[in-house]
Amino acid sequence: MSESIFYFLQQVTNGLTIGSTYALIAIGYTMVYGIIGMINFAHGEVYMMGTYVAFIALAGLSMLGIDNPLLLIGLALMVSIMVASAYGFTIERVAYRPLRSSKRLIALISAIGMSIFLQNYIRLAQGSRDIAMPSLIQGGFLMGDPNGSHIMISYMQIIIMISTVICMVGLTLFITRSRMGRACRACSQDIGMTNLLGINSNNVIAVTFVIGAALAAVAGMLLGLYYGVVNPYIGFMAGLKAFTAAVLGGIGSIPGAMLGGLILGVTESLTAGYLTAEYKDVVAFSLLVLILLFMPSGILGKPEVEKI
Amino acid sequence: MTNLLEVKDLTMRFGGLLAVNGVSLSVKEKQIVSVIGPNGAGKTTVFNCISGFYIPTGGDVVFQGRPMQGKPGHLIAREGMVRTFQNVRLFKEMTVIENLLVAQHMHAEHNLLKGFFLTPGYRKKEKELMDRAAHWLDRVGLLEFANREAGNLAYGQQRRLEIARCMVTEPKLLMLDEPAAGLNPNETKELDELIMHLRDDHGVSVMLIEHDMGLVMGISDHIVVINQGAPLASGTPAEIQANPDVIKAYLGED
Repeated sequence: MSESIFYFLQQVTNGLTIGSTYALIAIGYTMVYGIIGMINFAHGEVYMMGTYVAFIALAGLSMLGIDNPLLLIGLALMVSIMVASAYGFTIERVAYRPLRSSKRLIALISAIGMSIFLQNYIRLAQGSRDIAMPSLIQGGFLMGDPNGSHIMISYMQIIIMISTVICMVGLTLFITRSRMGRACRACSQDIGMTNLLGINSNNVIAVTFVIGAALAAVAGMLLGLYYGVVNPYIGFMAGLKAFTAAVLGGIGSIPGAMLGGLILGVTESLTAGYLTAEYKDVVAFSLLVLILLFMPSGILGKPEVEKI
Repeated sequence: MTNLLEVKDLTMRFGGLLAVNGVSLSVKEKQIVSVIGPNGAGKTTVFNCISGFYIPTGGDVVFQGRPMQGKPGHLIAREGMVRTFQNVRLFKEMTVIENLLVAQHMHAEHNLLKGFFLTPGYRKKEKELMDRAAHWLDRVGLLEFANREAGNLAYGQQRRLEIARCMVTEPKLLMLDEPAAGLNPNETKELDELIMHLRDDHGVSVMLIEHDMGLVMGISDHIVVINQGAPLASGTPAEIQANPDVIKAYLGED
């Protein structure tokens, strides 16, 4: 095979890696939007805190003498998921539930305030400089000729993709098969009616926030290990990218968020590979503008019909 | 016989508009009570206040001896009061059977972890829900459509599915807001039979808002007439038909 095909495949692999983390974060946006019709702009900060908690947990656990990298990652992931879920639950309880009956714009402003608050809280508590983490998982597969054209897939990339697939399958089963998932779907279609059938929609909304936060924590931990560095500002860009992914796939649609994340990741990676890395954000957000202009309901979303 | 539902001096104000003004009514067990009145009389607002969709600005709603006004809708539903709306409000993107399963959510245990690990208890409960759903689908003649998306059913079928969805919650009071709207005469007759059957064989009381006077006069035990938000008359179908005020409100004065 010629070198250009290997180069292309390498870019696609890198894109799918980043894209799967976008997809994990995008699910939090899309589920919340699906149920309460609000963009949770503090979601990116939950992702950022997930990374911090994971780094802290990794440091703590390795001080306790655990040195198996997979065990370390597994335990730190659990800590990160639990703490981030608690944050997700609390953010909804404190900043959004009291505003449930006000106009959407007011909840949106509360979300932006929450985002600023959390970012600055982490900046004060953890410092504003980059914190680095030695890479726990090194090496990878090499396909092709090591001295000529080849693709390199690192073990970390494989871990990211496998974890994402596990999360997506788990979430899909939860949404389609479980009683709570059924209630989530009902709420996203008609929350008033769901209430009048005896379902406490506040619980359903809380579950949605917790799931979104847990998935963001998974993304935070994985991406943190992949890049090896975290600072209090990563939530902003990651949040915007994931939001773009959610809109691209069709906001409110869970499969759409998954697809949108992957497409965005690959687009970015191909831009970086064939044009220039500086322009990858330009391309990503141009994509957002184009979708909003020409395909506002996204790839898998339904055309917006005003509810009566 | 005690009253299942007792509404006293119900008032609902939207800013300067007094939509409901001092409406009182009561529903006894196994009784079919209709609320009628010209368009815009405030019938649906009365329903919305009773079912917890709105919080009434004044008056009492007492259900089975317990005050309901101001309670959130999901708690009122759990007390055994469920309703439909004028427009069909099914979960259109879910299947027919799922619509009935989700309505029984409050009957199921609320342990999330059990749901994740699919314990035998969870499966057993799920089967109970499924059986009850299937029973009611059969009852309203929709069993063969169980796995179809609810939004793809014919209009009359969607109406029947809504009633089935109410019934799986095992209510004591069923509130139907214009259930015959948009139905053809045949379907209206089926609906008539279904409502009577629910009352006679399942012991539910029914509150009905309806414009189809044939249906109302045929099945109601008691009728309440509302005009411009205020109570106008109340009595048996025969009394209402003979009431000059009611005739005036419907036909206008000359």
